Amino acid sequence: MSTRKCKHISAMASPSVGEAGKTGQWRTSRPVVDQSKCTAAKGRNCYLCSDFCPEGVIPRETPIAIDLTYCKGCGICCEECPAGAITMEPENTGSGDDTPPAGGE
Amino acid sequence: MAVPKTNTDILTGNEAMAVGAKLCRVQVVAAYPITPQSQVTENLSQFVESGKLKAQYITVESEHSALSVCIGASTVGARAFTATSANGLAYMCELIHWAAGARLPIVMGCVNRAMAAPWSVLNDQQDSMSQRDAGWIQIYARNNQEIIDTLIQAYRIAEQLYVPVMVCYDGYILSHTVMPVNVPSQKDVDKFLPAYVPHTILKTADPRNINQVTLADPRNDATGVLCHGYMELRYLLAEAFQKAPDVIRRVDEEYGKTFRRCWGGMTWAYRDEDAEVLLTAAGSIASEATVAVDALRAQGVKAGVRAVRVYRPFPAKELAEHMNRAKLVCVFDKSLSYGYQGPICADVKAALYASAERPAVHGFVAGLGGRDVKARELVEAVKQSVADYDRGVTDKETGWINCQI
Repeated sequence: MSTRKCKHISAMASPSVGEAGKTGQWRTSRPVVDQSKCTAAKGRNCYLCSDFCPEGVIPRETPIAIDLTYCKGCGICCEECPAGAITMEPENTGSGDDTPPAGGE
Repeated sequence: MAVPKTNTDILTGNEAMAVGAKLCRVQVVAAYPITPQSQVTENLSQFVESGKLKAQYITVESEHSALSVCIGASTVGARAFTATSANGLAYMCELIHWAAGARLPIVMGCVNRAMAAPWSVLNDQQDSMSQRDAGWIQIYARNNQEIIDTLIQAYRIAEQLYVPVMVCYDGYILSHTVMPVNVPSQKDVDKFLPAYVPHTILKTADPRNINQVTLADPRNDATGVLCHGYMELRYLLAEAFQKAPDVIRRVDEEYGKTFRRCWGGMTWAYRDEDAEVLLTAAGSIASEATVAVDALRAQGVKAGVRAVRVYRPFPAKELAEHMNRAKLVCVFDKSLSYGYQGPICADVKAALYASAERPAVHGFVAGLGGRDVKARELVEAVKQSVADYDRGVTDKETGWINCQI
């Protein structure tokens, strides 16, 4: 545990990945990319999934790889993909241990 | 013979507020017009357009956006001003809490007006009283001179404590009524009010997440600094309110040294030295109570006024000290906490709880939705209360002054 305590009178922190905890734990369904349909994977400039992602967890790189540690599963990438290459699939429903925690670590 | 130079103008309450904001050299104004506040925004937009006030006047589509703009401006170090009334204040509600939690010293003029429904553009104090727990300092002015003086004081108070301040004054009764107002010189105001320094200077080289999500407990940030949790930050806000009464009193005293006018700090009094009965209220109705006190004294009732100038933080100790000498306190609220009592009345009772010898407190609701409150009505209410008290009635139901039902 740090001994350096903040002196701010309002909430303030240096920005970093995962500032609000592992938000991927909030997800109830996950985006799955079919690389055979992906426009960017075919060498064309698309990356609409990356542009529209509100969490910034889709790098503009091929093959498209979504960082599931912080993806909240909102489904916007799936909605925006012009090639229908992204589908939302349920997370472990029915296994009994899939209740998303309230807010990360 | 040379006529002595004076800087006394004949101003409405709204004009006094706008001129005051100009003298404070506010840098960002964002406000949405609403009756009875509109004249404040009109005057300020004229000042900005004519170059008399070097500020950004940001036009917005709503009060929610108006206060949002002030929050952004104040965060990056601009002195920000807004003003509103009633439903406009209600529309700001989310941001009212935000400004306090973010510790932004925004000053707002709240021109008190009744809350709909039914629609009323006329005065009572339900709007600001309903925001009492939001973390803003609330000061109620009794006349137009106090409006301009309090606004200048408000920036000093806000920027010292990093707590936003609402300067409240009664719609129409003050906002649209002209009075002689001594307008301080720009030179004196500049001397009294130093430039605003934000509590945190944001730099692009050292970016920050501000007002980010906090979880239940304090957490380390990416650089290993243990950041306060929500509860710690709220404690610090409460702590600022603990310091506020002394700051408010000191600012009022210092204001007096420069401008030869003081307004009592947290409370003010009229003929209360030997008073057995005290009339308590906030704003213009407390001025009316001074007229009632003169009439009561003429009829042999030893009455006085002990008025609330600052409602949050509540001047509990100060009121208790002065009220414990009386036998009866009559509180006149221009608002109501439905299902309980007038908010000032309930707070006065709580303030007296720790006193071994305390007066009886009788509460009244008056002047809702612009119903005129006459001094003689206050006189009648107090005389009835004294008669009840003399019969041994120490507590009674909230009285409704001139409610014709």
